[in-house]
Amino acid sequence: MITAGIDVGSTATKAVIFDGTIRSIVIIPTGWNPKEAGRNVFLESLNQAGLQEQDVDRIVGTGYGRVSLSFIDKKVTEITCHAKGAKFLFPQTRTVIDIGGQDSKVIAVAEDGSVADFIMNDKCAAGTGRFLQVMTGILDITLAELGQMASGSEPVSINSMCTVFAESEIIGLLAQEVTKETIASGIVHTIAKKLISLTSRVPCLAEITFSGGVANNPEICTILSSILGVRFNIPQQPQVVGALGAALVGFGNLKEGKDG
Amino acid sequence: MDKDLLGEFEDMRTNSISSLSKAKENGKKVAGMYCLYSPTEIVLAAGAIPIPLCGTSQVPISVAEKVLPRNLCPLIKSSYGFAASGTCPYFNLSDILIAETTCDGKKKMYELLAQFKPLHLLQLPQRQEGEEALRYWYGEVNKMKERLEIEFGVTITDQALREAIQLTNEEKRSLKALQDVSKLKPSPISGMGLLMVLYNRGFCTDKKEVVQIVDRLTSELLEMYKQGVTPFNQKTPRILLTGVPVGVGSHKVIQVIEECGGNVVCFESCGGYKAVYDQVDEHKEPLLAIAEKYLRTPCSCMSPNSSRFELVEELADEFKVDGIVDLTWQGCHTYNIESYSLKQYLQEKKRRPFLQIETDYSESDVEQLKVRIEAFLEMIS
Repeated sequence: MITAGIDVGSTATKAVIFDGTIRSIVIIPTGWNPKEAGRNVFLESLNQAGLQEQDVDRIVGTGYGRVSLSFIDKKVTEITCHAKGAKFLFPQTRTVIDIGGQDSKVIAVAEDGSVADFIMNDKCAAGTGRFLQVMTGILDITLAELGQMASGSEPVSINSMCTVFAESEIIGLLAQEVTKETIASGIVHTIAKKLISLTSRVPCLAEITFSGGVANNPEICTILSSILGVRFNIPQQPQVVGALGAALVGFGNLKEGKDG
Repeated sequence: MDKDLLGEFEDMRTNSISSLSKAKENGKKVAGMYCLYSPTEIVLAAGAIPIPLCGTSQVPISVAEKVLPRNLCPLIKSSYGFAASGTCPYFNLSDILIAETTCDGKKKMYELLAQFKPLHLLQLPQRQEGEEALRYWYGEVNKMKERLEIEFGVTITDQALREAIQLTNEEKRSLKALQDVSKLKPSPISGMGLLMVLYNRGFCTDKKEVVQIVDRLTSELLEMYKQGVTPFNQKTPRILLTGVPVGVGSHKVIQVIEECGGNVVCFESCGGYKAVYDQVDEHKEPLLAIAEKYLRTPCSCMSPNSSRFELVEELADEFKVDGIVDLTWQGCHTYNIESYSLKQYLQEKKRRPFLQIETDYSESDVEQLKVRIEAFLEMIS
């Protein structure tokens, strides 16, 4: 029994081939064409697993681009998929914090791995990967450098949650010759503030698994974890938790003999 | 299926423009109303026609934003925009506007509206319990009666009030029976269909006619249920919608819920069950009975507003719902703040799955809403 999970996110598109264990993982940029990105990532993941399309029994799509995939058998939201994926990687997971390109979310996971409650940021890029991307653009640094600069520096206070307003605020700080390091630290603290407001709205039990592209940066993870006062499980490849969850949903359905 | 069955209601709103104009030519007066707190009985007893005014469309919002702040709730902006742009025919036909001091945004907006039309403002108390609140509100209801007597040059008798009460009670009975159809599982009518009926029927100028058509629809729906005709099945997640007022034009969230495979079986909100679940006491002094009934209306502009929590809890049981969606408009402070307490109340007390959706009338967030709503439906199925 072989399943595929395709997660078409706003920034990256991910695929996981699963047969009880993970056979292959592929991550590519989504670009402007989510449909094509979804197709390409699937073919590449087959290639890496040494499989043909017909070897796959079930394909499940997730992520905002799930609606554009014509070759999938089923679509499931990233909320359900992240809960499933995180639970598989860290069986004691009761909370998932995911910071993706376009949104951030906190998911309360029931003991059986189902979603008990969730909250997403509203209609806005505050506290998302996109927020960090814009800010690193102004500072002319990479995300990795942002993390390094931020760790060990006192944060300057950035009050705007809105990406566009925060951008203006940082331009003002640069004009006042505030150092890049304190601004970098301030930016990471802004993400933490947004997370605190999200985590206070759903039950946030240990263990907490941190997924999404931002979790790739170890310094940012350390800072967030110390501000929130919690320990994170960080997957080896935090971006693929959703795609893995999608493959798991397909696998579970096949085992139960469900069609839908 | 819904289309043939509900066809009569589809045109009700447009048809009422000509019947209103005709009635006005024959000397009838029209009172335009915005809110559930405005007693229609008094308008009817004055021999006038009560008509709901538009405020559920995105279109006039840009006009409103020339005057009103952008971060105000879309309902207030839409209501004002319709009036200011002259694009609401019912507003144009109104002889007087009946308004009320519910939330801060509305009461300040009404100050601006008063430049377009004669406007009577009912001063609501901020709480529902206690003799003082009722006494005060009774005075306000009485002032509305006196104002209409002067504006329309009539005397409103107790007898006329009693007749109006009987008529609106009968209308409430009929609308409640219709909504109770969705207690059946699976419901024979979609939430979108039900919303359209509840919204459009308000524009019909003849309440007796409304009762007849609604009763006929109710019995047709009951017959459909018996024959197993329904767009849903036993597994369709059943949703109760609470929160801000919704109507045709501001139906985005209901549409998304049903496109994602759910069924909105109960609208607790203003145009739905909240308006009809209890009646005006026909045995008391009519004006006092009216005051009592209207003051009981659960609304987040009241503090405390515990009766809303109890009503939602009760309806969640009666309609056998799987989840509750609390819809709040951006900039609606009272409903947005209250959502936190409602969630705690329902989750802790009843272990009810609860989702708050904060949005506006625009289509800009439909894809993001779909993620939340689909995930919520996955969670409760």
